[in-house]
Amino acid sequence: MEYLSIFVKGIFIENMIFAYFLGMCSYLAVSKTVKTANGLGLAVIFVLGITVPINYLLENYVLKEGALAWLNPEYANVDLSFLSFIMFIAVIASMVQLVEMIVEKFAPALYGALGIFLPLIAVNCSILGGALFMQDRQYPSIGEATVFGLGSGVGWWLAIVAIAAIREKIRYSHVPAPLRGLGITFIITGLMGIAFMSFMGIEI
Amino acid sequence: MSTDTNTAVETKRESLFSKKNRKLLKDPLDDSNPITVQVLGICSALAITVQLQQAVIMSLSVLFVMIGGNVIISLLRNLVPDRIRIIVQLVVVASLVIIVDQVLKAFQPDISEKLSVFVGLIITNCIIMGRLEAFALGNKPGPSLLDAIGNAMGYAWILLVVSIVREIFGSGAISLPGMGQVKFLPSSWFISEGGFYENNNLMILPPMALITVGIIIWIQRSRNQALIEEN
Amino acid sequence: MAINKNGTGYTFGFAIVMVVVVGAALAATAISLKPLQQANAADKKMMDILGAIKVDAQRDNAKQLFAEYVTSRVAIDASGTQVSVKQGEVSATDATDPFNIDIKKDYRSHKPVKGDLAWGNAGDLTFPVFECQKEGETYYVVPMVGSGLWGPIWGYVALEGDMQTIYGAKFDHKTETPGLGAEIKEDFFTVKFEGKTLAEVGPTYFSVLKGGAITNEHSVDGITGGTITSKGVDEMLNRTMGIYLKYFNNEQRAQR
Repeated sequence: MEYLSIFVKGIFIENMIFAYFLGMCSYLAVSKTVKTANGLGLAVIFVLGITVPINYLLENYVLKEGALAWLNPEYANVDLSFLSFIMFIAVIASMVQLVEMIVEKFAPALYGALGIFLPLIAVNCSILGGALFMQDRQYPSIGEATVFGLGSGVGWWLAIVAIAAIREKIRYSHVPAPLRGLGITFIITGLMGIAFMSFMGIEI
Repeated sequence: MSTDTNTAVETKRESLFSKKNRKLLKDPLDDSNPITVQVLGICSALAITVQLQQAVIMSLSVLFVMIGGNVIISLLRNLVPDRIRIIVQLVVVASLVIIVDQVLKAFQPDISEKLSVFVGLIITNCIIMGRLEAFALGNKPGPSLLDAIGNAMGYAWILLVVSIVREIFGSGAISLPGMGQVKFLPSSWFISEGGFYENNNLMILPPMALITVGIIIWIQRSRNQALIEEN
Repeated sequence: MAINKNGTGYTFGFAIVMVVVVGAALAATAISLKPLQQANAADKKMMDILGAIKVDAQRDNAKQLFAEYVTSRVAIDASGTQVSVKQGEVSATDATDPFNIDIKKDYRSHKPVKGDLAWGNAGDLTFPVFECQKEGETYYVVPMVGSGLWGPIWGYVALEGDMQTIYGAKFDHKTETPGLGAEIKEDFFTVKFEGKTLAEVGPTYFSVLKGGAITNEHSVDGITGGTITSKGVDEMLNRTMGIYLKYFNNEQRAQR
């Protein structure tokens, strides 16, 4: 039951885009069509689903204070948490490199369409944000950490597919020329953010 | 013959204020603004524009890290293996940010407290990575330095404008690092004191930052028609 | 011989060199700056404790004012029994000094079960009490940690000599919503606590109420729009006071 709660929270109540506003750059830039948005969203789910549990293991067995005790009881006082950022980022960058290679091989059209935003998943604040939230909230088990990663990924996917769908339709509306494209997307995202605020504080 | 060698010498040494260099500094302010045109660095533009002082500190930090990152990567550009270049870029940026954070914690603990939430945001600030990838990896340190300054300035002015708008309408105050928040509206105006004015609390929340940037884009593209997107 | 920049051997070599250089640079920075950082953190703690008894301290006079006003530091365990006392100068590296008990770390490692105001899993944690003397009166400052909406919240509450009336309070947070939950830091909120008293019997010794409810001497009005953070303050107060009041009741019985 706890798993379901964490999963649903990640999608709606603690949505990476609308509650925390993390991962905006690729969200705004790659949401012109539902097809590419879907592709990037799935990639983010995959990256979050893999990097959060790996970083969880890193955090609990290497980084946090006393984590190295399993290696040698003398290390019980060692606190490597100042290396957290770098180690998390290294894990994320490696995973993204892996995803890049997979996408290039199996979906070259998607690879071309995503362009620079595929390697930019590595700096997508939502991926590092996922790792940092996991570290801060100290989930008791790797299962819960993984579910959190997947839930957050699905939330991000939901957000980008939703805005892409809206952007595809809005091309046929009378948007003032200077607002066309990026400008109106900012404003719509702001409105969607206000809408998602209604989820804030719901306990499940 | 002599004119040939003259031109050859001229093109070799760019003067400090040459057209190319000025372009590096000027373009990111408008034509290729990192936030409104390149679509980079949005996350921080939303999160730390609640108060002007936060925006100032963030802009200075980004400026410092960008200059450091661009110059270091540019110096290393012929040594970095292709396969791990993203990781190398990230490691350089992350290390710079961590060092800045550690130094601030030791020497300016109050600023560090305010900044600690943003340290993660600076590392993943797509502008820094984006410029490393798009410019520093392929250019000399000199131009890379200017590119860093230009983009940091382009980022900074948007941040400052958004935070001034949000703070004035959201808190009825303005803040500067070292000065704290200064409320400048007379308290007698407020409804709680029998007046008519109420701060717009929505401005303090992130969605309004998005809408404010949207309006800035509107104004920018009305003045600079070349930026308008095709349908 | 030209080195192939993209060869596997070179890539590995570069990666290893980079890791070593970066690791060394970061470790050197962290280790050399640690004493300064610890001193800064200790100063901040002193400023917060003094703030609870309404002494305005700055970083440059925190140590001196702390020595002046805080007469002794007591550590108690979860059953309210005194474990140790320390007086005199505070050393930031002395692990036996109650001043150095890291309440935030303890909270994280022994997170209470949701809704459990008795803090059943507090186990063998120790808690600090700061006994202060100000203008001839005795005050007790107790720290506390809890959870807000987005992250941790914490604070220091000062009780008067009767160990029941609240003299002052200071709250802080990490990432609460500005203008809403973050307002627990502001004076207009903490001043509501002054003069209020803790109820004789728990588990609810004090209440932070929602939206305009009528308050009495055991409650204050929460922050409008910052309900979750206010509830966090409520929970934090009651759970922590549950433990401290065991100590205070023992003390009062001993004093009689």
